[in-house]
Amino acid sequence: MFRLESAKVTFQGKDALTDITLSIPEGQKVALIGRSGAGKSTLLNLLYQQRPEDISLVPQDYGLVSSLSLYHNVYMGKLGTRPLWYNLMNLVRPFKQSSDDVQSVLAELQLDDKLFEPVAQLSGGQQQRAAIARAMIQPSEILCADEPVSSLDEQQSKLVMGILCKRFQTLVLAMHDIDLALEYCDRIIGLDMGRITMDAQTAALKRSDLLELYGE
Amino acid sequence: MANNSVQLRRSMRWKISWLFILLAAVCLPFSDLSINTYDPWGELGRLFSGLLQPSLSAIDKPFHALLQTIAFAILGVSAGSLIGFGLAQVFHFKLIRILCASIRAVHELFWALIFLQIFGLHPLTGLLALGLPYAATFAKVYAEILEEGDRRPYDRVQQTAGRVSAFFYARLPDLWQHFVTYTGYRLECGLRSSAVLGFVGLPTLGYYLSTAFMEGVYTEVWALLILFYLVIATMRYWLRPKLLPLYLLVAPFIIANDSEISLENVVRFFSIDIVPSPLRNGEGLAGLWQWLAELVMTEALPGIINTLLLTQLALVLTGVLALFWFPFISKLFFQRFGRLLGNLFLVVMRSTPEYILAFILLMLWGPSMLPAVIALALHNGAIIGHLIGRYSDGIRLRINAPKGLNRYAYEVVPRVYNQFLAFLFYRWEIIQRETAILGILGITTLGFYIDSAIQDIRLDKAVVLIVITAALNVLIDGISHTIRARLRLSVSPQ
Repeated sequence: MFRLESAKVTFQGKDALTDITLSIPEGQKVALIGRSGAGKSTLLNLLYQQRPEDISLVPQDYGLVSSLSLYHNVYMGKLGTRPLWYNLMNLVRPFKQSSDDVQSVLAELQLDDKLFEPVAQLSGGQQQRAAIARAMIQPSEILCADEPVSSLDEQQSKLVMGILCKRFQTLVLAMHDIDLALEYCDRIIGLDMGRITMDAQTAALKRSDLLELYGE
Repeated sequence: MANNSVQLRRSMRWKISWLFILLAAVCLPFSDLSINTYDPWGELGRLFSGLLQPSLSAIDKPFHALLQTIAFAILGVSAGSLIGFGLAQVFHFKLIRILCASIRAVHELFWALIFLQIFGLHPLTGLLALGLPYAATFAKVYAEILEEGDRRPYDRVQQTAGRVSAFFYARLPDLWQHFVTYTGYRLECGLRSSAVLGFVGLPTLGYYLSTAFMEGVYTEVWALLILFYLVIATMRYWLRPKLLPLYLLVAPFIIANDSEISLENVVRFFSIDIVPSPLRNGEGLAGLWQWLAELVMTEALPGIINTLLLTQLALVLTGVLALFWFPFISKLFFQRFGRLLGNLFLVVMRSTPEYILAFILLMLWGPSMLPAVIALALHNGAIIGHLIGRYSDGIRLRINAPKGLNRYAYEVVPRVYNQFLAFLFYRWEIIQRETAILGILGITTLGFYIDSAIQDIRLDKAVVLIVITAALNVLIDGISHTIRARLRLSVSPQ
């Protein structure tokens, strides 16, 4: 599914990633952990670039259009699957079929009462779930997400993680919550200063070791 | 699941946009948008074939015209800037603000028409026509700059140093760059204004352009236009603060001519010409009332209606063109080469004054509202398209953002729309002022009635009509202000 061989990324003259060798098979659920600045987001983008067509992406800053409604922001995940005229018409007057689709995804995420609110009026956690809904509605089996539950409380985080694991076959998630990573992912990759410093199956890992090395 | 009672909540800006489009649609059947010439497209073809046959012999007169245009612009804008700077210091007086607003509301071409009656073709006419409205605009903007600056250093030294020294030491240095930037921008506007003054008889570009056009010498038309674009495009090279004193020294000799001011004329203008004719003929207040009523019913009202119709159509078309054009210069949509072509097109449209565009289109299509609407929309659409295009370069999209028209409709337009409306409503008042002016070309807006009154040497009528035009402009400005405040739109400084 993904394969990197001694990959290197330089950003503004500094090495952001060095010597990354890694392969991720289909169906695996991977968490990238590490302190901020360790290179999680860069690695996530690198993986995304490998096959942008097949991947749903949740960027760290969400990339929502704040003056459009929640509905339109989520619908954007579907733009590629619909003809242009449909997309343009839908902007002026939402189609019933599409709004039902969006509504059902939002219902899962407990956000369905805000369908036609402008995104600017939503709270941080609601905006994060909007970005997740946009990724979920996209017809792909792989998810790359950068801190997808960072603005959610514990209960919501678990709800969303459960939904994501069910909806997508393969997941690569940059995370800082180690407990969640241990609970929902099969494999954990630790990063430090742009290098992979740990790569193991979740079953073989102890919570205390991880906290010491990669806890925020 | 889907709740049918939940409706998409339409924002205020959405409703306002449709309201304006609807108003324009209502205006449409009442507007004369016909093409009246026998062979409009053939004439357009001949115009463009002139572009392909440039001739050096066509350079002589244009060169002279250009020098005059630049000299008038530099002297007029400099004088306006100095006076405006003085007025800005006393701008907190309400009287000064009202005075400046009224002067600004009268277009420089109308000022030129007035001063032509007083001073004839003396250079003073051109200088005042430019300097006066520019001074009023400078006063307002300079005052805004002063208001936004940090006052604390000034307040601290003012006690010991005195107001004047404190101003020059503690206020001006911080704000100097703002003044220079704005004044430079206004000089570009001044060049356009100065060129257009030629259309009412001053020896600047417009004069030669209209002559060349009437005679059908299209090679000369192009030589004039291309030289004019070159002058504007190279402004940052030749317009150096260090060279300004030299220019100011030379310019008076360039614009000097042998016409003299007749004191008799000046006195007659104020004591007889502009006094309403019933008063002159001793018909008393009853006569004045009747005269005024007739003027309003037969000239002012049709003029106002046509001005508003044309403004509304031009405003909406300007918006449409701006939204259509801005992607062509935006990094979100085009690579370097595509953007270069887009920029070139927008620069040409921006640099051509709407009056000149309207004049050319009018020559090709005959007098109706069509050439005026198109000219206003081309010029103003290019200005707003340019500003929005540049603004859109600051937007950072997510890396999996859609492409093409989907990107345009879903990601970019919703993000730039506030800024777009702010610019559009900001230009509304400017478009209205230009609309009135285009009447001089024969379109029946207020300018048409003003120009006719002056041709008939009925200056009393002309002055009343100019006052009405200014009042209309102040009204539009007020509405635009209210809308911008309600929608919380603000134009970020350029």
